[in-house]
Amino acid sequence: MYRFHTISSFHRIGLWLTVFLVLASPAWSDDAVSEISAGDTAWLLTATSLVLMMTAPGLALFYGGLVSQRNVLATLMFSFFCMCLIGVQWVLWGYSLAFGDDIGGIIGNLKHFAFMGVGPEASGSIPALVFAMFQGAFAIITVALISGCFVERISFPAFVLFSVLWSTLVYDPLAHWVWSSDGWLFQLGTLDFAGGTVVHISSGVSALVACLIIGRRLGYPRMVVPPHSLPLTVVGAALLWIGWFGFNAGSSLAANGIAAVAFATTNTAAAVAGLTWAFLEWILRGKPTMLGAATGVVAGLVGITPGAGFVSVPSSLAIGFTTAVFCYIGVNVLKNKFGYDDSLDVFGVHGIGGTWGALATGIFCSAAVNSAAADGLIYGNPAQLGKQLIGVLAGYALAVVGTFVILNVVKLITPLRVTPDEEVSGLDLALHGEVAYNFLAPGMSQIARTEEN
Amino acid sequence: MNKIEAIIRPHKLEDLRAALEEIGITGMTVTEVRGFGRQKGHHELYRGREYSVNFLPKIKVEIAVKADMTEQVIDTIRATVNTGQVGDGKIFVFAMSDAVRIRTGERAEEAL
Repeated sequence: MYRFHTISSFHRIGLWLTVFLVLASPAWSDDAVSEISAGDTAWLLTATSLVLMMTAPGLALFYGGLVSQRNVLATLMFSFFCMCLIGVQWVLWGYSLAFGDDIGGIIGNLKHFAFMGVGPEASGSIPALVFAMFQGAFAIITVALISGCFVERISFPAFVLFSVLWSTLVYDPLAHWVWSSDGWLFQLGTLDFAGGTVVHISSGVSALVACLIIGRRLGYPRMVVPPHSLPLTVVGAALLWIGWFGFNAGSSLAANGIAAVAFATTNTAAAVAGLTWAFLEWILRGKPTMLGAATGVVAGLVGITPGAGFVSVPSSLAIGFTTAVFCYIGVNVLKNKFGYDDSLDVFGVHGIGGTWGALATGIFCSAAVNSAAADGLIYGNPAQLGKQLIGVLAGYALAVVGTFVILNVVKLITPLRVTPDEEVSGLDLALHGEVAYNFLAPGMSQIARTEEN
Repeated sequence: MNKIEAIIRPHKLEDLRAALEEIGITGMTVTEVRGFGRQKGHHELYRGREYSVNFLPKIKVEIAVKADMTEQVIDTIRATVNTGQVGDGKIFVFAMSDAVRIRTGERAEEAL
């Protein structure tokens, strides 16, 4: 509801393949007469910056610290490159597919290609461009999140192709389903405050499919090296945590009471999830770990995302706790049991946390907290849980089918993996010609060539 | 008693450790080293500047063995780390005059 966008729908064409054939329709008309609020705009500009910060440096460092020092640049590059790649894709067609005029509840048309018709005029109480850029920051981080599943082995051309296609064919339609006022899940009444389904289920489930198709790292699980720099990872996790206030409280699309609710529930769920994870390790493994606390916090942030502005603060305690327990099982038990190499636990944290968060929203959401929300299960409305389940299943279906098809198409164009030799020597040198940490003594290297000579 | 020193490709260490353990080698010393032989170095590129790095990272494995195990260890190392490419490394064998276990004072083969 908070993603409500004031474009009326003229197009109801059922075949979603026709989307690419649809030309720009009549000029943009903003039928809601509204004024731009300086306070709301200031907050949303800030929130957009915070969400962009989550991808780089936040997620970049979070992931970068967890891989070998031979692959840290390649891993940073995934997030950093998404900032560039999806930053352009979103402007060119991503935004329009997600929030252009509706086609059959499935996807938007291309009337806003290259942000045509998106300007400083009001959309709700903020400029349309601010809304579009805020949404773009979500599109960017969602693609970057997936990269954690195929680090240390994917080829760079495959990564680039996959990212553009996935954002276009999975993210943009799903954002339309859930957040466009004409999207079929929005119409159904599925609640997703800040992206539990759109961002976390979609990236987490796609990550699971992608790591199965791309395959395990050489020598996995016995010979994989441990994280090369947890301090980088912890800095990244902390930036994610702070940035998440932009993500969740910003999703109110106003500097108002709902933003305050989302802020409070977000921090509370993150904190309790960090505690839960650390204590689980303490009890089950003997020691609370730094990486465990950081992972717990991220899991809690994921879990609260879909309900952040719909649930009470006490409910966020329950959501943070339960999300941490489920994700702990996903990361520590499921992955080992089934032997898939979801290298940085994208499915374990985002897939499982997003799934549980979406369902928990149906349990804990409250119309008393937010008049735009329905009551959930504990307030006597079990139907909401059913709507949430439909949203979850739809997210799974699109992510599984989309990722499967896209990677099989990419495979026809370029190899998905680097060669075994490149994998062993490290992606940084093999794909990017750089080394992250050079400790060469004088005389061990020399300048062979510069551009000028 | 001999000391065997093997310079190998970094990624072969885990395989080698496992293979040596299987033939009864119970200890070794490992150092990360850099060097060059016939294998060419690599190039790194920073803002249009190409650096050639001629000293490549390798792993040096040192093992002290009883004389009658020397050939078996050499064969195991070769079988494990040989990729058939330039840069597989070298094995050096040194005659060792004595060995001391610091904790107990045991000498020679007793100390291995």
